[in-house]
Amino acid sequence: MTIAPADIAASPALTVPQRGKLRDVFRRHPTAMAGAILLSLLVLMAIFAPWLGTVDPQALAPIHRLRHPSSTYWFGTDMLGRDVYSRVVYGSRVSLIIGISVALFSSAVGIALGLVTGFVRIVDAILMRLMDGLMSIPSVLLAIALMALSRASMGNVIFAITVAEVPRVTRLVRGVVLTLREQPFVEAAVASGTGFLAIMWRHILPNTLAPVLVQGTFIAASAMITEAALSFIGAGTPPNIPSWGNIMAEGRSLFQVAYYIILFPGICLSLAVLSINLIGDGLRDALDPRLARRM
Amino acid sequence: MFSYIVRRMLATIPVMGVVALFVFSLLYLAPGDPASIIAGDTATLDDIMRIRQKLGLDQPFYIQFGTWAWNLLHGDLGISIFTNLPVWTLIKQRIEPTVALTISTLLITIPVAIPLGVVAAWKAGTWIDRSVMIFAVAGFSIPTFVLAYILILTFSIGLDVLPVQGYVSFRDGFGPFISHLVLPSVTLGLFYAALVARITRASMLDVLSQDYVRTAQAKGLSNREVLIGHALKNAAVPIATIIGIGIALLISGVVITETVFAIPGVGRLVVDAILRRDYPIIQGVILMFSAWYVLINLAVDISYTLFDPRIRY
Repeated sequence: MTIAPADIAASPALTVPQRGKLRDVFRRHPTAMAGAILLSLLVLMAIFAPWLGTVDPQALAPIHRLRHPSSTYWFGTDMLGRDVYSRVVYGSRVSLIIGISVALFSSAVGIALGLVTGFVRIVDAILMRLMDGLMSIPSVLLAIALMALSRASMGNVIFAITVAEVPRVTRLVRGVVLTLREQPFVEAAVASGTGFLAIMWRHILPNTLAPVLVQGTFIAASAMITEAALSFIGAGTPPNIPSWGNIMAEGRSLFQVAYYIILFPGICLSLAVLSINLIGDGLRDALDPRLARRM
Repeated sequence: MFSYIVRRMLATIPVMGVVALFVFSLLYLAPGDPASIIAGDTATLDDIMRIRQKLGLDQPFYIQFGTWAWNLLHGDLGISIFTNLPVWTLIKQRIEPTVALTISTLLITIPVAIPLGVVAAWKAGTWIDRSVMIFAVAGFSIPTFVLAYILILTFSIGLDVLPVQGYVSFRDGFGPFISHLVLPSVTLGLFYAALVARITRASMLDVLSQDYVRTAQAKGLSNREVLIGHALKNAAVPIATIIGIGIALLISGVVITETVFAIPGVGRLVVDAILRRDYPIIQGVILMFSAWYVLINLAVDISYTLFDPRIRY
């Protein structure tokens, strides 16, 4: 009787996302539209970082250190004289890459494991106990522990957060599969002699995509927060890559004299997470009409 | 029901077993030789040998795990590499601030979040409902450490009404104890309050559309009696669940909050341990937090039978 946040966030919906429907999501939900616009702006910022009035985010200029925000240094400079604005703009790349990669990898692994556990009893018994165990380790701690034992790199951060998120997707997909396999259309497919793999591919898999899509957006948002948290405590993205968490970590000890080092990346991170959450809410409302009324 | 409780308690054993196995094998999941990773880049061969011997890394995996698990069952979490003190002693020294922070967070969020959710459901579709939902989305989106600095900037540096950082034990005065806990608790509580308010609203909306609520209204009960006596009581199961899950999420937040506010709790202990690669401490703290999570889930599951007599096992 344990309900995971994942189950509440996206209970099995028996609809397949269609292109027209996705367009509807944004038309009917102005907040999701706002989220989409905000996210697009952030993506554009990440892509066009070198052309947005930025300088080299790693360029040291000790003479100009700890300058308050001004027309020359829009977001001020840090204790090594690096331009905080440039660092924040480039930092968006790290957050977006990690958010998207973790969402993709954990969805892919979660779908694969969920399909297998939903169909194969013996694997289910073993794998779900393993997942229960993994889920009882707080995800940030799990990621921290994995990072503590590996070298700081973006790949390792993505791996660590993915491991922490996979059990939730697996559980969600397994739930959908268990409902689906009792449906008449699956029974009909079995009766008409469709092979096991074909049933999985053609009938089960497409129906798991809608809830996973919703779950995936929330995972992207939480992965961004986890990456920033890991970097913030010094166990995340290596210091030579500017990420929002790294910039904040460096500003930590100087907070009372140079609040802006922490404030600007903090605002950007919040906006990025907000935009994805708004999109996720809109998607969930559209793809799961039963929940739409309530959440 | 008694047999259900016993069965449910027994079911926690394999889960904790998996956690123990996983926490132990973390050392082996990482690429490279665990001893040299723990020792760091500047270690001499001697340091590496010392760590290898201390952690028993020179023995086969199953013997290592067996010894470790056996000690664990006897309450021995191992010895910290850096301080040479038993991990359990270190955790005991740091547990008070963490418990104080968690309890104060629960005390200020639940009494706010549940009424917010109830009112939002009652006034569904109005500006009150929308404001609560905006609060909820904001609560989900502002990361703990960002909120922490915004609060410090406003209340400690700007208005100068609350201390910036630190922790004062309740034994050293109740006033300072509370004033040091206010900002960390609000920081930690926002996400939690958002979560509880949102689920309360969803659960209440479900219940408010039921026939017996209409009957209660039709027979002339006051709004208060309908909302609290009839609706909230029946909406309690999801709310209890999310309160339980939320406590587990608080644990993750504690690690960050304690770092920002320089609170010498278990979260800070584990962050320091990570930076020093003091592996036994990391293992010990993760095990403790996971056991705590499993126990809370157990309590939540058992509480269902109290909240909802329809649930019989």
